[in-house]
Parts: sequence; structure tokens; C-alpha cells
Amino acid sequence: MTDIATATAAASIGLPEETRTDDGPRGPRPVRALSRRNIMLYGTLIVVSIYYLLPLYVMVVTSLKGMPEIRVGNVFSPPLEITFQPWVKAWGEACTGLNCDGLSRGFWNSVRITIPSVIVSIAIASVNGYGLANWRFKGDNFFFTILIFGAFIPYQVMLYPVVIILREIGLYGSLTGLVIVHSVFGMPILTLLFRNYFTSLPEELFKAARVDGAGYWGIYFRIMLPMSLPIFVVAMIIQVTGIWNDFLFGTVYTKPDFWPMTVQLNNIVNSVQGVKEYNVNMAATLLTGLVPLVIYFVSGKLFVRGIAAGAVKG
Amino acid sequence: MASGRPNQLFRNKTAKIAAIPMILTAMVVFIGGTGWTVVYSFTKSKLLPKLEWVGLDQYERLWNTNRWIVSIENLAVYGLSMLVLSFVIGFLLAALMDQKIRFENTFRTIMLYPFALSFIVTGLVWQWLLNPEFGIQGIVRDLGWENFAFDPLYNADLAIFGVMLAALWQGSGLVMVLMLAGLRGIDEEIWKAARIDGIPTWKTYLFIIIPMLRPVFITALVLITSGIIRVYDLVVAQTSGGPGLATEMPAKYVYDYMFRAQNLGQAFAASTMMLLAVLVVVVPWAMMEFGGRKND
Repeated sequence: MTDIATATAAASIGLPEETRTDDGPRGPRPVRALSRRNIMLYGTLIVVSIYYLLPLYVMVVTSLKGMPEIRVGNVFSPPLEITFQPWVKAWGEACTGLNCDGLSRGFWNSVRITIPSVIVSIAIASVNGYGLANWRFKGDNFFFTILIFGAFIPYQVMLYPVVIILREIGLYGSLTGLVIVHSVFGMPILTLLFRNYFTSLPEELFKAARVDGAGYWGIYFRIMLPMSLPIFVVAMIIQVTGIWNDFLFGTVYTKPDFWPMTVQLNNIVNSVQGVKEYNVNMAATLLTGLVPLVIYFVSGKLFVRGIAAGAVKG
Repeated sequence: MASGRPNQLFRNKTAKIAAIPMILTAMVVFIGGTGWTVVYSFTKSKLLPKLEWVGLDQYERLWNTNRWIVSIENLAVYGLSMLVLSFVIGFLLAALMDQKIRFENTFRTIMLYPFALSFIVTGLVWQWLLNPEFGIQGIVRDLGWENFAFDPLYNADLAIFGVMLAALWQGSGLVMVLMLAGLRGIDEEIWKAARIDGIPTWKTYLFIIIPMLRPVFITALVLITSGIIRVYDLVVAQTSGGPGLATEMPAKYVYDYMFRAQNLGQAFAASTMMLLAVLVVVVPWAMMEFGGRKND
């Protein structure tokens, strides 16, 4: 039942209804397994898949080669001698500016940024969505409309005013400041997601709880929250990948000590000094991409739903 | 924190208190921040924002700056080709996936995984793949074509397409998913009717299905366009705007003037232009989408 509701929520924001796979075939009926049509169809799909997979493959093989091997070979050749040295170096020794403690610093910064940002932004947005769905007050739709428009305003327009606001409250350059920024800019899409979901729940549920004397927070914590775990998972997927992958806010609102992984990665790879160590660079790149990739492969269809909703973030 | 008996006034109070973060975000950051930037784009702000009016001077200077003009041209080339290719590739892939194929989930997983990766990761991988010595060009040369040239990132005329290659790799899966959802929403009866009338498949797609997918196309258009206008991380990671100015983008212009060149007025004027560009796309869409409702 909750699954249907999630699908409705996704559908009502103009999104794929992933659960419908029982539909009949489109186009002409396939004749034999090895018909010319099938060969062309699967042939094309396999070629396309190779295009998509190639960069991942190249990242992996490059990160497992030694530098001498890279200099004589090309990006696609598999490693003759597998070495994990580049991974070790990328994690613990690669330099950004004067710091040579590797990408691990960025990794832990990203963890320290992502976890509170995800919790705070989802808490705020779910309450927003719940209020907009069940506790209407005059003018709430006005704020909501602005919020949705805000999702389309280029971040560049709001970068500097937010710098000023953070400076005024003394949080510019701190992790807390960045958490606030992520919560603010994640709010439009998450609020939309939760509002649509809570609106799709049967109203009787809410009314019954009211008759039984439950209030705003009572209904939220005891009825809405337990009923909407799937949508919370979708929201978490959107936020974890979105915040982990963020670069702009990380550069603008933090000091080098607090740089998230993406910013540090860019600095390691694109630094002009020293010899380019391509294998270390690729190991670092893979390390940075690992968290969202794992989330993607583990969460499967929920991710599709999530990114389709999160795509508004651009 | 149960709020006790339901009472009209009290009910509204809790809901309103709970909505404070949303109201603050909407009014202070989105409306206030945007308005602030627009207002200060008419001032002489340099290192620090200050309210010294100069009228349209910043805009005049902006449109006389070579780097800005080049950025806009780059964005136009990148945007147009990106838009066309995203649609064509996204639709073709979706049509392929809609042929009731086996392993649909596997193929979709493969086409969509780049979307999970950040633009930084995307840019760096493609920088490596397009490396003239070891990448695609190097391989073809090793195979015997000594003069083969494919070094988009080092050739000012092609660099923008090198960026596009990466962007398409990252984002086309999403367009495919959107379009596939649209195709799945089309009534089977339409296909049957077309088949009975003896209309060839490609004609059915072109003249019947595509017009029916209009809403999906519009959603995709809005998403792709707002993504294009914002393109920043990818360029920073892949080319840093080079070679020369070949891949400079408006978003990068704003960042560089705001935090590097310390010329705030220019940055504000440039970001206001970006805002304008987004509004041109988003407002008509919003009017269509939420036509019945009042917008602001």
C-alpha cells in the first residue's frame, strides 16, 4: 500500500511510475530469439552500455597500475601488475596545498557535513510537507510557490547574500554554516516530495487521529512518520548523494580545513605543481565516487524515484 | 509536545511555528537574497558591497567584457547542442528500452549510474579519457594512424564538445528514464490502432507518440535547460575554463568575479543575467503547468 502511495507521489510530480512493468509489449511482436531485429536491438544496447561503462572501467584499471606502466600503455589496457599503492597514496598521502594527509581528510569532512545536513534538511522538509498537506493556514501556498521557484533560481544569484547572512550570525566558514546552507537549498525539492506524499495519504487517517485528540506533533510522530518510511528513504537518497556530490557550496562556504571530498579531490587532481600521478588521481576520483555509487547500486529502484524527483536540483 | 485539544487558533499557531524555517527560507534567502543581488547589481560594489548607484554601468561593462561575451557564446553552443543531443539520445534510448527487452533493469542501471556521480568526478574521468597522450587519441595513434587527432580538451575549437561528451555521459540516463516513463504512460490501444491502420513503427513514433509525450518533453526541457545554465563544477574539474577562454561559462564568470577578482558589482550583474535567462524558461513553463493557480 505504501508502495502504491509512493508511486502516486512520484507520478504526481510528473515522474516515472516505476512499478508498472506488467504492461504488454510495444511495437511488433518479436518472432524468434535471434531475429535480425533482436540482434540489432541488443547489439545497440550493448554498444551503448559499453560507452557508459568505459569510464568506470578506465578509472578502475588506471588506479591499479603503477606510473611506469601508465607511461608506456594507454588508458584501456588492463594492468599487468596490480598495485594498490595508488589507493593508499590517494587516501593517506596526496597533497592539497600544504596538507599532505590525503583524501581521508576530505572524506571525513564530507561525512561530518553530510550526516547532519541530511538529518536537519529532512526533518525540516518533512514537517513542511506535513503542514502543507494537513495543517493549511492562510498564505502557506504563497510561501510554497516561492520555495518551488527558488529551486530554479541559479545558486550564483544567492551565493553572496548567504555569505553575508552567515557572517552576520558568525557561522561563515564553519561546518554548521554549511549544514544550514544545505538544509536551505535542499528544502524546495524535499518539501515538494513530502507534500505530495502526505497529500496522497487518505484524509480519514488524519481526521480519525484528530477525533482521538492527537495534535500537530502527535499525528506527525505517531501516524505520519511510521507510515512514510519509504518516502524518507527516497529523501535520504536524494540528500546523501546531492550533498556528497556538492562542490559549489563546499568551496564558497568552508575554509580549506573543512573542505568536503569533492573540493579536495579537484584540488589534488588539478594542482599544477609536481608530476601528475594519474593512477593516484584516478584512485582518488573513484574513492570520491564510491559513496554515491554504493548508494545507487544498493537502493536500486528507490534511487530512480529519488533522482527523478531530485533532478529539479540540477 | 502534543498540542492537546484541537482548537482553531491553537492549531494554526503550531502549524505556523513549524513553518518558520520554510517561511524564512522563502522570504529571506530566496526572495530577499535574489532581490539583494539584483539591487546591488546597480551599484559600484567592488571589494565590499556598497550602495553607490551607478545605474546600468555594471551591465554595460559586462557586455563589453570579452570574457563574458565568450562565456555566453560558449553557453549557447554548449546549450543548443546539449539540448538537441540530450533529447535525441534520451528518446532513442527510451524507445529502445521500451521494446519489451530482457534485462531491462540491468541496462537501465548501467545507463543511469553516471548520474549518481558528481560533476567533479565526471569531469576528472573525462579529462583522463581525453588525455592526448594516453587516452583515445593515444590509442588510435598506437594502432598506426600517427596523425590521428582527437584532443578536444587541448583544441580551443573542440573543447566545448569535450565537456559536452562528459555531460551527456553523466546526464543522458536521466533523460532516458523520464522519457521511458512517458512512453510507458501511453495507452496500448494507440499502438494497436496504429498497427491496424498499417502505419510503420517509425511513423507512429514521429507523428503519434512524440506529440503525445509533450508534457514529458516539457519537464525534460526545463530540467535540462536549468542544468545547462548552471553548468559550473564540470567545467572547473575538466578544463578550468581553458584552453584560453574556450570553455568559460557564465556561472564560472560569476564565481571568479565574486571570490577571486573581488569585483562584486560585475558578479552581481552577471548573476542577474543568469537569473533572467532562467526566468525566460521557467516562467512560461510554470504558467502552463500551474495555469489555474495564481503565481508570484
